[in-house]
Amino acid sequence: MSDVTRLTATEIAALVASGDASATEITQAHLDRIAAVDDRVHAFLHVDTEGALAAATAVDERRAAGEELGPLAGVPVAVKDIVATKGVPSTAASKILEGWRPPYDATIVTRMREAGLVMLGKTNLDEFAMGSSTEYSAYGPTFNPWDLSRIPGGSGGGSAAALAAYEAPLAVGTDTGGSIRQPAAVTGTVGAKPTYGGTSRYGLIAFSSSLDTPGPCARTVEDAALLHAVLAGHDPRDSTSIPQPVPDVVGAARRGASGDLTGVKLGLVREFAGEGAEPGVMAAFHDAVDALTKLGAEVVEISCPNFQYALPAYYLIAPSECSSNLARFDGVRYGLRVGDDGAKALEEVMSLTRESGFGAEVKRRIMIGTYALSSGYYDAYYGQAQKVRTLITRDFTSAFERVDVLISPTTPFVAFPLGARTADPYQMYLADLYTIPANLYGGPGISVPCGLSEGLPVGLQITAPTLADDRMYRVAAALESAIGTLTPGELS
Amino acid sequence: MTVTLPPYEDVVARYEPVIGLETHVELGTNTKMFCGCPTDFGGQPNTRICPVCLGLAGSLPVANKAAIEATIRIGLALNCTIATWCRFARKNYFYPDMPKNYQISQYDEPLCIDGWLDVEVDGELVRIGIERVHLEEDTGKTLHVGGATGRIHGATESLVDYNRAGIPLVEIVTKPIPGTGALAPIVARAYVTELRDVIRSLDVSDVRMEQGSLRCDVNTSLNLPGEEWGTRTETKNVNSLRSVERAVRSEIIRQASVLDAGGRIVQETRHFHEDTGDTTSGRSKETATDYRYFPEPDLVPLAPDASWVASLKESLPELPRLHRKRLQTEWGLSDLDMQSVVNAGAVELIEQTIAAGTTPEGARKWWLGELARRANETGIELAAVGASPAHVAELQRLVDEGKLNDKLARTVLEGVIAGEGTPAEIMTARGLEVVSDTGALTAAVDEAIAANPDVAEKIREGKVAAAGALIGAVMKATRGQADAKTVRELIISRLS
Ligand SMILES: [Zn+2]
Repeated sequence: MSDVTRLTATEIAALVASGDASATEITQAHLDRIAAVDDRVHAFLHVDTEGALAAATAVDERRAAGEELGPLAGVPVAVKDIVATKGVPSTAASKILEGWRPPYDATIVTRMREAGLVMLGKTNLDEFAMGSSTEYSAYGPTFNPWDLSRIPGGSGGGSAAALAAYEAPLAVGTDTGGSIRQPAAVTGTVGAKPTYGGTSRYGLIAFSSSLDTPGPCARTVEDAALLHAVLAGHDPRDSTSIPQPVPDVVGAARRGASGDLTGVKLGLVREFAGEGAEPGVMAAFHDAVDALTKLGAEVVEISCPNFQYALPAYYLIAPSECSSNLARFDGVRYGLRVGDDGAKALEEVMSLTRESGFGAEVKRRIMIGTYALSSGYYDAYYGQAQKVRTLITRDFTSAFERVDVLISPTTPFVAFPLGARTADPYQMYLADLYTIPANLYGGPGISVPCGLSEGLPVGLQITAPTLADDRMYRVAAALESAIGTLTPGELS
Repeated sequence: MTVTLPPYEDVVARYEPVIGLETHVELGTNTKMFCGCPTDFGGQPNTRICPVCLGLAGSLPVANKAAIEATIRIGLALNCTIATWCRFARKNYFYPDMPKNYQISQYDEPLCIDGWLDVEVDGELVRIGIERVHLEEDTGKTLHVGGATGRIHGATESLVDYNRAGIPLVEIVTKPIPGTGALAPIVARAYVTELRDVIRSLDVSDVRMEQGSLRCDVNTSLNLPGEEWGTRTETKNVNSLRSVERAVRSEIIRQASVLDAGGRIVQETRHFHEDTGDTTSGRSKETATDYRYFPEPDLVPLAPDASWVASLKESLPELPRLHRKRLQTEWGLSDLDMQSVVNAGAVELIEQTIAAGTTPEGARKWWLGELARRANETGIELAAVGASPAHVAELQRLVDEGKLNDKLARTVLEGVIAGEGTPAEIMTARGLEVVSDTGALTAAVDEAIAANPDVAEKIREGKVAAAGALIGAVMKATRGQADAKTVRELIISRLS
C-alpha cells in the first residue's frame, strides 16, 4: 500500500470502511511516521502508542462485528495538550501540570472516542495556550515542517505541525484569539474556530473562558468539516454550550467544493486590507480574492471601525480571565508542588509552586489580569474592554446585514524565524491582529491556504455570523477547489 | 493588662448602636450548587467530590436549578424584589479550602434585593430591612494537624476535606439597623430566630446552627446621639442564637471602652469566643484582600421567568409569624403564654403533638414542663431532647385513659428519653400501669389500716382529711402504681 500518512481523513475513513485497510495498520503507519520525524518537528508532547493501538483494535473489531461506523472511524487524530484526556498526561505545556493524568475525558474527547477516532497523542502548544509561536511551551518549541528554522504558529503549533508533517491527518486545537487559525495559516493547513458555544469547553484547561473555543484542524476543508461535526453539539456540562442543532458544515463544504459561489457576498474588511501586513501576504490574499470572484462571489469592501480596538481589548479580557482561571494551580491538590519541606507554611508552598511552575509569559498575563481586575481599575480596564467587545459585535452584526461572510488575511505575516518576536511581546501579539475580533464577537472563523509568499504558506480567513459555521465552510471549500492544497517539501 | 469594662446599661445610655447581620444558609438541595455530588452532612472526608467541586483543570460549573428556586423562595418570603436578570461573579482569593482559589458568588447583581422581615420584640414589631439575598458555593474545610495551636502556623500538616465544597449557600444581608438602643442584642437574636423559622417553614434548609447550616456574622458600630454612624466591626464565628445576642452586647461594651479611652474603632473582622463571650481581633479589613470580582464567564446569566416567580410566590407557605398568630387563637393562649411557647422553641413540637391526637393543654404541659426542664439541664435543643411529638401524644393518652398517673408518666418519659421504646412499651415492660382493680387494692388498704390504728380512728371520727396518710402508705406499698382515687374511696368505705 502507498504511504497512508499522505491521505486525507476522508480517504482513510473510506479505506477502513471498505476493509481495504485496518484501523490498526493506519494507526501504526502514523505512529511510525511520528517516530521517524518528530525528533525534528517536536509536534507531540506525549505519544499514546498503547492507547492508540487499543482504540484502533476496537474499531477493527466493531467493523468485523458488522457495526455501523461513523464517517471518521479509524482515522487517527492528534489532540492539543490543553484538552483533558483520561489517564493520559495533560500538561497545557506547563511545568505546573507536569505528570498530571486527569481522571476524566473532555466532552470533545468522549465524542471522538465514540465516533471511532483514534487518538495518537497530545500536541505541543504555548504554555496554557498563551502565545502565537509555540515558543512559550515549557517543553521546548515546535518547528514548522515548511522550514524547521521557523515557528509553526501558536498557540496550537503542535497540532498544525503534526498535520503539515503528515504525523496525523486530523488534529484538535483550541482558539482563544487565533490559536487554531494562525497556526493553520503559517503551516498551509486548514483550521476552524467554531461559533463560541458550538463546541463544548468541558475538559478544556481554561485560559479565557469567554473566548476559548475548541475546533478542528485538518489538511482539507472537507476533513475539517467532518471533524467539526464530530466535535460540535450541545453539552449539558458546559453552561455556555448552545442548545441548538449543529449547522450542516459537511454538506456546506461539499457544496462549496463544486466551485460555485454565485450569489455569495463576501465582505472585504477594509481595516485589515493592507496596513501592517507583509506585502507577500497581501499579494497572495488579493490573488485569492480574484479567484473567489471568478467563482461567482461578489466582493464588497466593508468597514469595521472598531476592529482596531480588538487587540487591546483582548489583552485585557483574556489576561483578566486567565488570572482567575489559573489560580487553581497551587500545588494543594494535584500537579507540581514546590517547597513542601515540612517547615514552610501552606501559603508559602502555594507561592513557591506558582513561582517555579509558570513560565514568564503566563506570569506576565496573570499580572496584567490581576491589575486589570483590581478595585479602582476595573472600570477603566476590564469594564472598558467589555464595552469594546460590544462595539466589535455591532461591527460584525451590521456587516452581516450586508454580506454573507467577511474575508481578510488570517495573520499579517508568514511563519517567522524562531526567536524573532520573543523579545517584544507586542510584536508577538500582532500575529493575532486579524483573528481576535471573531473571538470577541463569538462567531466562527476558518483559515484556509490561499497561496505562498517567499515559499511559505499564506492563509485566508473567512468569518461568519454566529451559528452560521456552514457559510464559511462553503466559501473555504470553494477557494480550496480553485487554489488546491499546499504541500511542503520533504523535511530537511 | 486588665481593662475595666463599662457596664452595659451605662454604655447604651450614652451611645447609639447600629447593627447589621449577614447570615449564611446551607441549602438542603440533593446535589451541590454546580455539580451532581450529594450534599448530606457527614461522610468520610473527600468522598463526596468530583472534578467540578474539586476544581480540576478543565471542569466547568452548571448551576443547580433547585438552589436557584430555593433562593428565590427565600427572597419572596423576605419581601424582596427578584431580579429579572442577574449574574454569578467570581470572588478571587487564595485559600487551600477553596478548590479553584475563587468562589462563585454574586456581587453587584444579586438574585433578590430590597426586602424586609418583621420581627417581634417584647410584643412590638420591628421591621428589619433586607439589603440582598444571593447564592454562592460553600468552601471545603481545612484541618490543621499537630502543633500547639491548631492554627496554620505551627501545624505539622494541613488536611483539607472538600465534601462541603460546592454546597449551595444563600447569603442574606440586612440593611443597617439603627435605633434599637439597649435592645440591639435582643433584636439581633430575634431577627436570626425569625429568619431561621422562615427558612425552615420554606423547607429549603435544616437551618441548624450547631451543624453550621446556619451561620451568622454580626456587624456592630457605635455613635454618639446626633452624630454620624461609627466605624463598624464584623464579628464572625457566632454559632448559636444565644451567641448572637452575647456577641452584639460584648462588642457594644468593647467599642464603648475604646471610645471612652479616646481611641478609634478599627474596621476589622473579629472572632467571637463561645467560652468567654468576648471578641478578639481577626484580620484587619483596612489591608483587606481585593477580591477582584468579575462576572463568572463559565455561567450564563440568570433570568428568572416572571410567571415562574409568580407561581413560586403563590405557593409560599404561611409564614411563621402569621402561623403563630393562628395557632395562638386555636390554642386559646394569652400573648404571654404564647411567648413562652415561642421562647422554648416548642411551637412546631406542640403543633405536631396536637396533630397526633392530644389537647393543646396536654401537649403544652409536657413540652414546656418536664421536657423543657430536661433540655435546659443538658443544654440541648428541645427538638433534640429524645422524645418525639408522637411519644408525647401517646404518653398523654395513657394518662387520660387512667393507665398512668402523673408520677408514673414522668418515669415512663424518662424511659422514652433513654431510648427504651414507646410509652406503652415502657409501661408494659417496666410494669408501671396504674392498679385500679379493687380486689388487689383492698388487701393493701386493710394492711395500711391495721398498721395505722390512730389515723384510722380519726377517719372514723369523720376527719376525712386524715385519709392522706393512709393513701400515702398504700401508694408506697404498691410502688406508686395504685390509682389514688380508688384507694381513697376504698379507705373511706372501709372506715365508715
Ligand atoms: Zn462534585
